[in-house]
Amino acid sequence: MRQFTYERASSPAEAAAAVAKAPGAKFIAGGTNLLDLMKLEIERPTHLVDVNRIGGIDAIEATADGGLRIGALVRNTALAADARVRKDYAVLSRALLAGASGQLRNKATTAGNLLQRTRCPYFYDPARPCNKRDPGTGCSAIEGFSRNLAVIGVSDACIATHPSDMAIAMRVLDATVETVSPGGQTRSIPIAEFHRLPGDTPQADTTLKGDELITSVTLPKPLGGRHVYRKVRDRASYAFATVSVAAVIAADGKARFAFGGLAHKPWRVEAAEAEFGRGTDAVAEAALAGAKPTKDNAFKLPLVRRTLAAAVA
Amino acid sequence: MPVSFTVNGQATSLTLDPRVTLLDALREHMALTGSKKGCDHGQCGACTVMVNGQRINSCLTLAVMHEGDEVTTIEGLGSPENLHPMQAAFVKHDGFQCGYCTPGQICSSVAVLKEIEAGIPSHVTADLDQVAFSDAEVRERMSGNICRCAAYPNIVAAIRDVHDHA
Ligand SMILES: Cc1cc2nc3c(=O)[nH]c(=O)nc-3n(C[C@H](O)[C@H](O)[C@H](O)COP(=O)(O)OP(=O)(O)OC[C@H]3O[C@@H](n4cnc5c(N)ncnc54)[C@H](O)[C@@H]3O)c2cc1C
Ligand code: SF4
Ligand code: FES
Ligand code: FES
Repeated sequence: MRQFTYERASSPAEAAAAVAKAPGAKFIAGGTNLLDLMKLEIERPTHLVDVNRIGGIDAIEATADGGLRIGALVRNTALAADARVRKDYAVLSRALLAGASGQLRNKATTAGNLLQRTRCPYFYDPARPCNKRDPGTGCSAIEGFSRNLAVIGVSDACIATHPSDMAIAMRVLDATVETVSPGGQTRSIPIAEFHRLPGDTPQADTTLKGDELITSVTLPKPLGGRHVYRKVRDRASYAFATVSVAAVIAADGKARFAFGGLAHKPWRVEAAEAEFGRGTDAVAEAALAGAKPTKDNAFKLPLVRRTLAAAVA
Repeated sequence: MPVSFTVNGQATSLTLDPRVTLLDALREHMALTGSKKGCDHGQCGACTVMVNGQRINSCLTLAVMHEGDEVTTIEGLGSPENLHPMQAAFVKHDGFQCGYCTPGQICSSVAVLKEIEAGIPSHVTADLDQVAFSDAEVRERMSGNICRCAAYPNIVAAIRDVHDHA
């Protein structure tokens, strides 16, 4: 691990200002993704600003419009177990519980989970070219081993997927990411605009600025309906998604679907949801229109179709 | 930089490079070598300890992030003369072969029983509001602790024994 200096921040604006002041500085929350990558020297921060002691961003509270505000520091275990989340946003509990391990969920935070980096095997291998890790070096995955990588929204520069389960549920629930900048200005980013497609700049996973601190994630008022998170993976527990589906199905037959394991961001096509009356195959076909799989991961297209059918069954 | 926390009930002050993980602080700076380093990347669970009552991977957290925290390691659960019930159950049920994963398995197991008791659901909980002990719950909740010797059936038996006799 490269050397770095360390400080503890005590307020959101102070934390953002501390990162802005030191070139190469980063926030650290649970540390479960950042430290993993720092050990491999894929992340090389010069200064760490520890946000764990910041007051007021570690609670789950009701919002004025009947939704929930989830503090950035709320741990994945606490969020999944919260009585309001279990009752009104069960798809979120289910997605969280399908991810990582008990030990990791006890540390992983809401903000850190959204910002975890891809699990593309070449991103993790500093000996191989990777545009996301080292912009301009090329993409080893496109001609390489791409079984777990993206099938849609890909570019010639990168075919990585976003690995978070939680983010898929946040997308189906239309969450909003709340931030604060070093000057104290706040911003609300709809989850649909938070994660981005790789395009020519795969080094940027999200639209967040480097010195912008996430303070909370808000959920709109409960949707009701049946909530399902269905994850397909190489073993029954403790593995990232090959494909996953987050679904909320209302009593009147309307439904929402977001997909994991397919793209550089949680994949949701609202127009495809209107096809639900014609069956899940019609939804899958519309949601996957324009897919560009590799020979290794073309199997994901029929797998999504079947996973979606199983999720609503 | 200086950091103070409590380990197994004892107040401790250390001066550490910020790069030192909690696992390395325990093993290299406090001679508490019960917690093991398997992967050093959060993948195996050999380094599992409890911090403020919650199990975590001590390899994926910096020691300096734990100012004021209460850490419990396998050494704090019991001693050879006075085993913790979970340690005794692992011995009784042969819950290990080489023993390398065992301190992490035991710390995790103790926390798992508390998590079930606290009503924290898991991936295999059918109704999120009805959390009850079962072998399937134990297997899912222990999936972050890998055992290269595959002592899994006996580990589940040990945990079940402690649960049944609690
Ligand atoms: C073995 C293993 C298996 C896993 N399996 C899964 C899985 O199946 N599914 C899944 O979804 N995830 C999985 N994970 C990933 C895990 O969910 C993430 O590591 C975790 O959610 C990251 O959260 P954290 O708080 O520890 O983030 P950190 O590591 O602290 O931070 C991650 C990033 O977020 C930034 N950051 C943190 N907080 C803020 C903030 N408030 N504002 C702005 N930036 C911030 C940091 O600077 C850093 O860049 C796994 C991880 C491991 C190690
Ligand atoms: S797919 Fe993206 S992350 Fe993977 S090697 Fe290519 S550029 Fe890097
Ligand atoms: S050594 Fe920490 S999880 Fe493997
Ligand atoms: S007993 Fe050998 S690794 Fe578990």
